[in-house]
Amino acid sequence: MIELKAVSKKFNHTHAVNEVSFKVNEAETLVLLGTSGCGKTTTLKMINRLITPDAGEIYIGGEAIARQDGDALRKKIGYVMQHIGLFPHYTIAENIAVVPKLLKWPKAKIEERVHGLMEKLHLPANTLNMLPNQLSGGQQQRVGLARALVADPAVLLMDEPFGALDNVTRTSIQQEFKALDELKRKTIVMVTHDVQEAFELADRICLMDKGKVVQLGTPKELLYQPVNDFARKFLAGQQLTLEFKITKLSDIWSFLPNAAAAEEKSEVADVSVWEAMELLRSTGKNRLLAVDEHGKIKALSFDQLTKGFNQYQNLQAHG
Amino acid sequence: MGEQQQTLWQFMSGQSDKLFTQTLQHVGLTFISLLLAIAVGLPLGILIARKRKLSGLVLGIAGVLQTIPSIALLGFMIPVLGIGAKPAIVALLIYALLPIIRNTYTGITGIDEYVKEAAKAMGMSASQILFKVELPLAMPVILAGIRTATVINVGVATLASFIAAGGLGEFIFGGISLNNTNMILAGAIPAALLAIILDLLLSVIQKMDFKRLRKAVYILPVLILILGGFYILPSAYGSSLTAGFTPEFMGRQDGDLGLKSAYGLKIHTIVISDAVMYKAAFSKELDVISGYSTDGRLKAFDLRILKDDKGIFPPYYAAPIVRESALQQFPQLEATLNLLANKITDSVMTDLNYRTDYLHQSPERVAKDFLISHGLYKASRNGNRGTVRIGSKIFGEQYILAEMYSMLIKGNTDYNVSTKSGLGGTKICFDALTNDQIDLYPEYTGTGLLVLLQPDQQIAKAMAHDKDKTYQYVYGEFKKKFNIRWLKPIGFNNSYALMMRDKQSKALNINTITDLKKYLDQN
Repeated sequence: MIELKAVSKKFNHTHAVNEVSFKVNEAETLVLLGTSGCGKTTTLKMINRLITPDAGEIYIGGEAIARQDGDALRKKIGYVMQHIGLFPHYTIAENIAVVPKLLKWPKAKIEERVHGLMEKLHLPANTLNMLPNQLSGGQQQRVGLARALVADPAVLLMDEPFGALDNVTRTSIQQEFKALDELKRKTIVMVTHDVQEAFELADRICLMDKGKVVQLGTPKELLYQPVNDFARKFLAGQQLTLEFKITKLSDIWSFLPNAAAAEEKSEVADVSVWEAMELLRSTGKNRLLAVDEHGKIKALSFDQLTKGFNQYQNLQAHG
Repeated sequence: MGEQQQTLWQFMSGQSDKLFTQTLQHVGLTFISLLLAIAVGLPLGILIARKRKLSGLVLGIAGVLQTIPSIALLGFMIPVLGIGAKPAIVALLIYALLPIIRNTYTGITGIDEYVKEAAKAMGMSASQILFKVELPLAMPVILAGIRTATVINVGVATLASFIAAGGLGEFIFGGISLNNTNMILAGAIPAALLAIILDLLLSVIQKMDFKRLRKAVYILPVLILILGGFYILPSAYGSSLTAGFTPEFMGRQDGDLGLKSAYGLKIHTIVISDAVMYKAAFSKELDVISGYSTDGRLKAFDLRILKDDKGIFPPYYAAPIVRESALQQFPQLEATLNLLANKITDSVMTDLNYRTDYLHQSPERVAKDFLISHGLYKASRNGNRGTVRIGSKIFGEQYILAEMYSMLIKGNTDYNVSTKSGLGGTKICFDALTNDQIDLYPEYTGTGLLVLLQPDQQIAKAMAHDKDKTYQYVYGEFKKKFNIRWLKPIGFNNSYALMMRDKQSKALNINTITDLKKYLDQN
């Protein structure tokens, strides 16, 4: 869907981005991960030509973007950023409807779409005619997301979209984000410096440093097969959490005890070990019921999850 | 106090026609120039917000233009744009430019970078970003600039009367020259009210929220256009020659009023400041002007005095007027000042004025040269037995006289001198004298009679044309009323005079005011 071929960009004689190449598949979420100044945001902004590359080519859907009209290109690509950038003089409804208006959609269609999106993103209807500064930070970020999604672009670019939110709001919006149907069909490139967030949301992660790609792979690959010291150090200290995050219940399924038959209905499907633990903690229960595709039910507690996880890890290490 | 208000009210209702026209002209001038300033300033502000490297240069130039004294700016424009509405509007435009450019620039550059980035990322074109995002968000700041420019323009527009562009300045400056407080207030109060009302109106618009602002911003240009339309260009009324008279001359019995009643002179007249009047006559913007008979510019600009064959201009013999208390405090003062008595004739004074006004010699040098050649100059004694304060009105001749007196006092007495030259018009000078701010200044007998004493018309008529009677009358009355003494006249008579370009007067064979009237009646 998106392909970068040896893309470079210099600012004042230093390489902000140095011969970066990668492909993003359709409906995939690629996270550009790295410290500030590593070139990840510059890379992102070159995809919708907010920044023009000095060298290299970028293709979207097989077409070179350099040969397209920049404004037309950007109308087809959703863009969400940390600072949101809502228009302070537009109401919420007007802010969401910017792109459809530029595309000259009929009024009724715009209205329907705006209402639909607001509902999906849990924005109360009474905020429609408010100005952005009357909304909370979390609500503003939802409006920013709605604005990016409104014209149903195939590609979505996100620059630290949750960076400005407090921890509680961030976690809940991230959960909503993952659950949103609309996003599942989209090809997403997201920038973050937050390793946890990258592991939570990415199909694949592109780890960058000093304008170059260090490693490109699935979270699991990054965690278990780091290509060099930088990659190893970047994840160090968060190893255990990250492992919990990428290990699914289905991975440790065989190490979990069976639940007594005909107990209550299952409560979780195939989530990560981390999420299962979060659920245990947040609901205050001491056990959860999970079910696999064969209808087999297993009971989970902190103890059993940890035990199962350790057995799985041992097997990975020695197998 | 009540009487004062009553008479002001009477003056205003008596002159309501004029007041109405002047107010409309004033509003019109303000808004035409404002509209043009917006048309120039807004795009310039946008340009330098785009190309920030230019901002220093553009804001610098606009800033320098802002600092040019308004009367000088008006003077510069006469050779290029003539007199009347055009140079006035251009000058006002120049003053309004800086706040508009600067606020547009600040308004646009002050917008959150992320808002602009979001606008671009959503696929807005550069012009869409400008009109949908940048200008609406910068609008409160831009409006603040327009508000500042409006208030500046209401003030500067009073000076438009200097170059015959009308406006409330006609009353204000006419009133200052004529020592007529009601006339000053009749111009100043409406001008001040205008400034306050416009300021309030714009502050309301400026504080509107974005939704209402959108509508207001559409209405504003229409409103400005309508208000600008108030200014009806002064229409020439059928006379082949054009006269330019000072506001003071316009209101005086021994001025325009006398020309009308004694000669029946009907000439298309515009009101203009004497600072630019001679130049305008020289550059053929005007044909007839009201000047002073000893003015150096007469010689410099090759102008010729028309003979006052019916004698409507009373004599204006110059003499120092001194507070009695100062004469007592400085016993040697009277004798010293009288050293100059009968020493300067009309032609000598014209020549001295020519040297300052046209050859640009300093009044100090001209004064010193004159005193040396007449054997009156003595080196300063650097005395310290009290300080004599000399005032002067704001034109060359008075500066020269003040310098001469200063040198005479320093050379012949042990008094020190401080000169307070350039004290505006007659009223300002005289008020300074009566309020003990200065001890003396050179005054003219005609002015003393007609402007300061303002006796009833019969007395005025009886003595106005007799040099000695006038002197005796002002001498007696000033002593009685103000405790101020007229010392001996200096010798020259700086009276009002009508003048034309020498060439034109010869070509049309106009030598006297009666000739002028005949010529006008025939053409």
